[in-house]
Amino acid sequence: MRSTTYGKGLPGLALATIVTLGAALALTFFYAPLDANQGFLQKIFYIHVPLAIVALCGFVFGAVMAIMYLRTGDRKWDMRSYVAIHMSLIFGIGGLISGSIWAKASWGHWWVWQEPTLVSYLIVLLLFCTYQPLRFSIEDPERQSLYASVFAIVAGAFVPLNFLAVRLATEYVHPRVLNLEGGNLPGPMKLTFYVALIGFVLLFATLWKYEMAAKDARAQVRRLRRTLLGDDAGRPYGRSAAPL
Amino acid sequence: MRTAWVVLRKDLRVESRTLETLPAMILLALVTFVIFHFGLNRDTIDGQEAAGVLTVALLFSAMLGINRLFVAEREQGGFDAFLLAPVDRSAMMVAKAAGLFIYLTVLEVVAVPAFGLFLLGRSLGPPLAGLVLVLLLTNIAFAAIGTLVSGIAVNTRARDLIGPMLGLPLLVPALIGTARALGPLLAAGHATTSPPLKWLAILALYDLVFALLAYALFDFLLEE
Amino acid sequence: MSPLFAIAPALPLGQAGKYVAAAYIVVFLVILIYVGIMALRAQRTQRELEELRRDVEAVKAAREQLEDDVDPDESDRAGRGRTERSEQIA
Repeated sequence: MRSTTYGKGLPGLALATIVTLGAALALTFFYAPLDANQGFLQKIFYIHVPLAIVALCGFVFGAVMAIMYLRTGDRKWDMRSYVAIHMSLIFGIGGLISGSIWAKASWGHWWVWQEPTLVSYLIVLLLFCTYQPLRFSIEDPERQSLYASVFAIVAGAFVPLNFLAVRLATEYVHPRVLNLEGGNLPGPMKLTFYVALIGFVLLFATLWKYEMAAKDARAQVRRLRRTLLGDDAGRPYGRSAAPL
Repeated sequence: MRTAWVVLRKDLRVESRTLETLPAMILLALVTFVIFHFGLNRDTIDGQEAAGVLTVALLFSAMLGINRLFVAEREQGGFDAFLLAPVDRSAMMVAKAAGLFIYLTVLEVVAVPAFGLFLLGRSLGPPLAGLVLVLLLTNIAFAAIGTLVSGIAVNTRARDLIGPMLGLPLLVPALIGTARALGPLLAAGHATTSPPLKWLAILALYDLVFALLAYALFDFLLEE
Repeated sequence: MSPLFAIAPALPLGQAGKYVAAAYIVVFLVILIYVGIMALRAQRTQRELEELRRDVEAVKAAREQLEDDVDPDESDRAGRGRTERSEQIA
């Protein structure tokens, strides 16, 4: 039985996350200049966009883990895929809410269809919200991992296509609300943005490792119980959406 | 591919004798048109609105067909028989997707004229060829995603719920493409005869990516 | 506090401030709630470990009881060996 390797390096990673996010916060409020158009409101940009980017990359990351599971059959990959998608969903909801607040403040409405990235984002999140109900509705654990991986791969391929389609569909009748592409940022803003982005990537990595360690520990406790006390000792598992 | 042809012929023969799925799909589309007439409270619609209504009606009917796709296989042991036979497993996916494509095409042969009659209030004229092209691309999208999603759904507990729940978000880019491509074709005054190229490209790209993915991944759904 | 505001760029804490604060607070809360849920799960794992430990102890005690009944002399030697081994596992 391999000992858990997920806990290794976790304290260092957590520290790096806190330092980077702290630096990002300081840079946002004391270094980055005010935006010409939006003024102080633009500061939301430094959490909304990194959250969104990390969530989307996390979904693709989960799809890659799913591919590895289908290739190797090792349940560990399925666990990694599940955790990655789970976390990306949480980050994604954070991104959606912050985007909505930004839209309300800039445009007066909590939701705007004119902003293609927000709309594509909503569709992607809606899709991934079905991941857990899907897992929960399949009882056999092997089959659950298999089907969830197939879904994760299809959903991962869906993300770029969806963004393309929605962007093409949105006519720019109104000026784009959240119109700050990475390319057009002046120097200090760019620095702040990248620090924030790295901070959120580190946060994702830290929480992912944390969750993997916790799940791994629980799985080992259960395995130990079964080995030492026989198969019918311990509580029955019940149906769960998470791979055990 | 002979296996796929055999399975497809079997499905079509069963459908032609029992007439379970296709009439229901057609009926649903027609009723949807009626509901939209009352919901929008208009005698005729055109342009982008018409495109939206047509897309949604086709979507509902497609969902019906998708739900029924693998039910017979599951209930009568078709999966086991297929797995025991020394054939390429993806053949089932090709057969089912082709079957769904055929159902949708037949559906549209009935539903589109009905749409012209009830909601457009005029004959389609020159844009018809463009419309056919767009709908063929849409049918491929429905077929690919529908077969995949139905294959997943048939082995879960909440069978009829999982299919639409997974399929609808996945189909959004294709539906956007369809509705936007049809919009200019259905415009009342100055309808264009060919659909906008960018939407055709999007539909084609979507079809390519997801048909390949569905073909590659379907094997894993059949594993025991 | 005022020297801080003197060196910081102008912070117009009017309209915009509320929304920015709301966004940051929401994100912070989401992360906090997640960590809280993880903490609860860690507690549950601790409890499961405790139960496992108790169960293992119970099994060991039952086994030693059984050997004492069977053969008092032999069981001491054998029991010690077995006890050492199961301590290594746990």
